[in-house]
Amino acid sequence: MAKLILSMDGLVLKEITLTKERTTIGRKPHNDIQIDNLAVSGEHAVIVTILNDSFLEDLGSTNGTLVNGQPIKKHFLQNADVIELGKYRLKYVSDGPAAAKGPQDFEKTMVIRPGSMPKPGPAPDASPSPSPSTSQPANTMGTSQGMPSMGTSQGMTTPGTSQGMATPGTPNSGNSQGMPTLGTSQGMPAVGTSQPQPAMSTSQPVAGGRVAAIQILTGANAGKEMELTKALTTLGKPGVQVAVITKRPQGYFITHVEGTNFPIVNGKAVDAQAHPLNDHDVLELAGVKMEFFFKT
Amino acid sequence: MNLSQALEIASSTDPGMVRSHNEDSIAVDAAKGLVVLADGMGGYNAGEVASGMATTVITTELQDLLETNPPFEPDPANGRPNAERLLRDQIVKANTSIFQAAQSQPQYAGMGTTLVAAVFYDNKAMIAHIGDSRVYRMREETFEQITKDHSLLQEQIDSGMITPEQARFSQNKNLVTRALGIDPTVEPELREYDTRPGDVWLLCSDGLNDMVSDEDIGLTLQTLSANLKLAAQQLVQMANDNGGRDNVSVILVRVLRDFAVSRGWVTRLFGWLK
Repeated sequence: MAKLILSMDGLVLKEITLTKERTTIGRKPHNDIQIDNLAVSGEHAVIVTILNDSFLEDLGSTNGTLVNGQPIKKHFLQNADVIELGKYRLKYVSDGPAAAKGPQDFEKTMVIRPGSMPKPGPAPDASPSPSPSTSQPANTMGTSQGMPSMGTSQGMTTPGTSQGMATPGTPNSGNSQGMPTLGTSQGMPAVGTSQPQPAMSTSQPVAGGRVAAIQILTGANAGKEMELTKALTTLGKPGVQVAVITKRPQGYFITHVEGTNFPIVNGKAVDAQAHPLNDHDVLELAGVKMEFFFKT
Repeated sequence: MNLSQALEIASSTDPGMVRSHNEDSIAVDAAKGLVVLADGMGGYNAGEVASGMATTVITTELQDLLETNPPFEPDPANGRPNAERLLRDQIVKANTSIFQAAQSQPQYAGMGTTLVAAVFYDNKAMIAHIGDSRVYRMREETFEQITKDHSLLQEQIDSGMITPEQARFSQNKNLVTRALGIDPTVEPELREYDTRPGDVWLLCSDGLNDMVSDEDIGLTLQTLSANLKLAAQQLVQMANDNGGRDNVSVILVRVLRDFAVSRGWVTRLFGWLK
């Protein structure tokens, strides 16, 4: 469960756990977190917590609310954010069950019942209408959100996985082998590495931290250089011969995309599989030679 | 009508880098213009049972029904294309099957699945979805999300609580508000879209869009559209390279040419008289 650490001039005053859906902050005594200081407004700010997410909102305070030094009106709190009200600091620490249980559980898709959680703020008009669900308590998945404020989203009660039952006559439980005409392809041969990242990156992780480039050696564009910064870079002439260079955590790879001829690396044609590229490899595509190299 | 000349379909499904088994299920029939993708959930191996049931129940009967009930013809009951009713009926049937299996077999209690399904006919696509599996479309240079998730996060975005940018960092990514097989009734969202030659339609489970940004998915479809199979494999590989924390499934459908239904002069006259 997330908490706030209240401090002033580096001195920790107290710790507040965000158990309520709305936690109010202000000078007046009725606030959940009362800060008796004239720089703090009577009703200064509120933190709305939904499951593992907390949102800070300034309630039109006189002196404003800062998060990490920036004035905010509304802010989606991230772990280690520092909220400032006058001389007081509130550090937001989220060590929710999701973080504790690791990314595996966190990725598990679960069903949440419409209406099992209070809707804070204005009613969303665009949200899907609560389907006429005749809720069957025996059959709920992940409905540990019964209580008003945030339940733990990870409280999925996996129903008794009692084994030893005869498999029912369900048609085919296999993955994707449903029909005769089915075109499934198995994915890549699994490749090692790759740390779980907290959030996806906008582009592929840089190959070993090194950026590579291609320099064209022959033809009209001889001498031109192209940095391979994107996840995918295509080379060649569309309709004639095209290959793609992919940037992956384990390095750069060249793969044939279209055309009857396959790309040539160091004098040898590659096959349909992705081919790893090494420093100073010479590539040949649609009659043009080019060199692949790492930039320092 | 055989659509295999008009549609090119490639697909790929993978358990990812973390999970031991694949709870996603996909089914593809290019000739009928039918694609189905389901992302199962539930303890033990119930998730893959639910998703497997969904794809099987929906495709097996629909294959025959599409033959006898032309999907483009209006349903006398409401004037909507037959495809809508056919797809909805099969989804309801799949829902009942999964729900009953979950009720009667203790080891399947509480299982469910998300679903995206599309039927292509007459230069159109009828798309049904439940939960957070998605459909995207690449048309010309524009890559956009077509379906809107039935998820808590989407509701938060709709109500203005968080921005789509912030949503990427939310911890509530994985809570869906609708799923197949968890209630006796189900409400799929069904919409009809126009298709154009050159369009690439992408159906995917959240294992893709949680791990790979829309920008990179779009870039992949743009650069590798000449080789659809490679594009499908590349998408799965990118999800795995970024951590692959969930099962990843993708189905790509490229519209090769116009596939409008050729209507005889009688039908045309009828249409003109109406």
